[in-house]
Formats: sequence, C-alpha cells, structure tokens
Amino acid sequence: MYPRQFDYVAPGSLDEAFGALGDTSKVMAGGMSLIPLMKMRLFSPGTVVDIGRIGGLDTIDDHGDHISIGALVRHAETASSGAVPTALATAASLTGDVQVRNRGTTCGALAHADVAADQPAGALACGAVMVAQSASGTREIPASEFFVDALTSALHHDEILTSVKIPKAGDGEGSAYDKLGRRGGRSDYAVAGAAAWVKKSNGSIEAARVALTGVGTKPQLADGVAEALVGTDGSDGAVEAAADRALEGVTVLEDLYGSEEYKSHLAKVYVTRAVKQALANI
Amino acid sequence: MQVSMTVNGRDVSADVEPRTLLVHFIREELRLTGTHVGCETGYCGACTVHVDGKPIKSCTMLAVQADGATVTTIEGMASNGELHPVQEGFWERHGLQCGFCTPGMIMSAAALLEENENPSEDEIRHGIEGNLCRCTGYHNIVRAVEYAGAKMRGEEPPAPDWEGGD
Repeated sequence: MYPRQFDYVAPGSLDEAFGALGDTSKVMAGGMSLIPLMKMRLFSPGTVVDIGRIGGLDTIDDHGDHISIGALVRHAETASSGAVPTALATAASLTGDVQVRNRGTTCGALAHADVAADQPAGALACGAVMVAQSASGTREIPASEFFVDALTSALHHDEILTSVKIPKAGDGEGSAYDKLGRRGGRSDYAVAGAAAWVKKSNGSIEAARVALTGVGTKPQLADGVAEALVGTDGSDGAVEAAADRALEGVTVLEDLYGSEEYKSHLAKVYVTRAVKQALANI
Repeated sequence: MQVSMTVNGRDVSADVEPRTLLVHFIREELRLTGTHVGCETGYCGACTVHVDGKPIKSCTMLAVQADGATVTTIEGMASNGELHPVQEGFWERHGLQCGFCTPGMIMSAAALLEENENPSEDEIRHGIEGNLCRCTGYHNIVRAVEYAGAKMRGEEPPAPDWEGGD
C-alpha cells in the first residue's frame, strides 16, 4: 500500500517549517498515526512537512515548576525519562507497541487527538499546556481546551505543537493512568481508559483532575468526578461514589470494541482504578 | 528524491519518490527480501528492522525519513556464516512454523536482548508485543528468545521442552 503522491519537505529549522505550511500541508514528526492514514488513503496531504530533522526539539527540559516535552520526544523517552508525571509516563508506556514507541512522539499523539489514544488523557489529568508556535508567535493552550473533537485539536493550520508543558508533581500529589486495550490487557488503543491526578493535604483531597479516553467523542475531563472527590478522605467508598459521575457531560460512543452500555460501565471501572492508583502514588 | 543510508554495513543510495516506504526501498531497491510485508497497517511487525539501533516498522516509515540512518535487516544479523544467537535460538527451539513473522520476531527479540540481557518470560512476551505470529507459535518463540539470551550471557541454554525442560 502506497500513499497518494505528495510533496515532501524536511526543514532544518522551525522558521523554514512555518514557511512550508499551507492549506494542504500536514506536519509529521514520527509518522506513526499519519503514515497509516495516508497508506489507507483516508487522508492525502499535498505536502508533508517532516519536522524530524529540526534540532532542539528532542529533549525533556526541567523548568523548575514544570517540565517541557519537545515535539520530537518519542513515546519511549516520555515513558522512561523519570521526569514525567506518572499518568503521562504510564500512558506513553502503553501507547502502541515497542516499535511504535521508538518512532512516535508524545506531541504527535497529542496533536493527532485520537478519541482512544492514551497520552491525551494523561495530559488532561496532569494539567498540561500545549505550546503552539507559528510564524506570527506562540500560543499556550491548556489541555482542557486543546481536544476539540475526534482527530481535531485546537491547533491552527499554520501552527506546530512544538512542546507540551507539564506541571511537576508536588508534595501530596499523585497521578495514574489505566485502560482496557482493544487487544485485551493493556495492548493497543483504549476501549476505555482513565487518567487521574489528585492532591491531598491534611488527610483530605484538596484538588483532582480525572480524564477519560476511548469512551466519548474526544479525550475529555470528567469534572463531576473531580468535584465529588474534593473534600473527601479518598477512601475506596468515596472514590467509587465519585466514579459514578464519570459520564457527566460525556456522549458515549458505541464502536466496534464495545456497546454504549459496556463502555459506560468500563468508564466507571477505569476511573475508579486510576483514582485509587493516583492516591496510592502520592 | 535522493536518499542515502547504511544498510547492513553497506552504503547505499537511490532516487526514490517521497511516498516510497522504507520496506519497499529495502525489498525492491536493495533486493533484500528477508524483511517481510505482512499487514501493511503497522500491526503485525513482520517488516521490523533496526534504524539507528532501534526496532521500527519499516512499512510505517518513509525511505526519505531514513536518509542518513544506519539500518540493519535480518540479512545483517549473521556474521561470517555464523547465525546470530537469536537466529540460532529459533532454529534450536523450533521458534517458527510458517516462518513469515520470523524475520520481524528476530529483529524485535535481538533488540530486547540488547536492552535486557536476562528478560523474564513476561518481559519477552511484552518485548515482542509488536509482532504477530499468525501460526500462534508464541510458546516456542519465547523459548527461542530464552535460548538466545542464555547463549549471549555465556550460559547453557535451558533444555528444550521436549527433553523435559519446563
């Protein structure tokens, strides 16, 4: 299977890359999502702008209160760096398979915005901020506003997601991610998955963020769960009660991998597991 | 577009279309047909090769992305007529049935053993999660990797299952 013909450019700098972006162009980092779509001819860009040769985008940097993951940091590096909060690192470790994790990038997975991808949920729970650059400047987009719809992010055509900023875990904070994979266990895209971040002080939950993937029309926050968790002691009973609100504001989409009823059930199961694990990870 | 890379220690270059996949470059341009095209969708891993030392799926990478890279295919694993320990393991422990997945399995297993010289059975199974065996011959594939790991550590490989191994 070959993609349709396209023009290929491999700019050496971001400025050159911005210059190459146009109405029919697509940015490629690792290509793990883009190339299969192009081979199946579901998507045929006129120009592929391969940012893979731009220097300085392949590092995870420490900025004191947050880290930043560059556009060319591969899933395998996000998973193993030790600097990335657990929810996102775990999501990266469960993305694709060994070979995919060696090529695909965290920023690419976020920009692709698949409804069943792992790292968008991790980014939402960790309170990530997307750094979108274009020839006219830089925009910072909170993860909660970044995932607009299936395969649709808030990025404009002239922008490149050059990095994602993640707040570092502070005292009393923990996060986690878990899913049921399409191939069983935790393999492949999520049939349903959840990421959670919690902050505890003086024995009670002071703040929380919980995110779902695989269940609805986009990766999204389950604000009802977070609201229900705050002020509780984080006991199993409190977590299970909060998980009952997992589907507030979520349009559950039935697909090949599960009915609406099954996915609704799984959403609560995985929210419960993720929150409990996040509390255990404090 | 002109691409140049080192494949199995040999410098090669060719003029390719941007849409040429690395696996087609390897098979059709270089005539190295040991790397297989299986599912073509990125799932099966039959096309696995090493690019700059890491296993990747060559059906999901453009040849132009590999410009300047160092590539190893299954043909580059044996040296001076001696099988790589993973190849030997597949031979000794019947790690293949139809053989279609074997080149990719060997490339993934060899990369796993580079990172982890003594993987548990669970780690081996996770290490080859990106490779599908349609004959479902995973049991002996795992034994083959265990054999190779032992050889690479300079240890006696476990006895084969059919001689009372576990």
